[in-house]
Amino acid sequence: MKKCSSVFTSLFLLGVITILSGCSSVAPWERGVLAKPQMALDPHPLQSGVRMHNYGSREGGAGTNAEGGGGGCGCY
Amino acid sequence: MTRYLFLVFFLLSLPVAAHFEGDTPPPHCSLNYQDGSQVQDWQAMKGQVIYIDFWASWCPPCVKSFPFMNQLSQDFKERGLQVIGVNLDEKRAEAEAFLNQYSPNFTVVFDLDKQCAKDFNVIAMPSTYIIDKKGFVRHIHRGFRPNETETMRELIDALLNETI
Repeated sequence: MKKCSSVFTSLFLLGVITILSGCSSVAPWERGVLAKPQMALDPHPLQSGVRMHNYGSREGGAGTNAEGGGGGCGCY
Repeated sequence: MTRYLFLVFFLLSLPVAAHFEGDTPPPHCSLNYQDGSQVQDWQAMKGQVIYIDFWASWCPPCVKSFPFMNQLSQDFKERGLQVIGVNLDEKRAEAEAFLNQYSPNFTVVFDLDKQCAKDFNVIAMPSTYIIDKKGFVRHIHRGFRPNETETMRELIDALLNETI
């Protein structure tokens, strides 16, 4: 049982080291491509924004997603 | 064993920290003008206040900072302020298109091998370094927020009033 545990730990460590070797820091001047809109995690930020706004308005919650006003007034 | 694992994770998660503190001379840079000619060293500009701004065309705050830098150059050039925008674009054509669109009234230079940005320890875009008349870095500012422009103007004004 103990041997099994140490094998598992070694494999786990090996996996972590292998994965971490793929990480590297990106210099600020290398972020031009990452800055493009198509690289965003949310491909449709405008649509998502409107949806969140509508959701907040409909639920009558605090307008944290709205630019102006609160309390779910639905106003911009 | 678990303790060692936590230690390994902790050490790996620490960011690599490097410092480029104020009140030190700026690093020597090899920069080029738009026509390819070499820019003189910072030491040659001693006696002037130098506003060095590292920027790239794809960076939205950089776009916002251009009218401010134009205004700075217009208001303080006579008193000895030298505004220098150091471009860090990877594609020169993008920088050229940007410059055609925004036509700055200050000097724009190019850091082709990005060594100057590395030596200045640029970690954000835009990054501003203000060098006083004695040739020391007196202020480092990262990012651009319109509500901080007045403070920046006051600082530049104070530096311009200093005597060597």
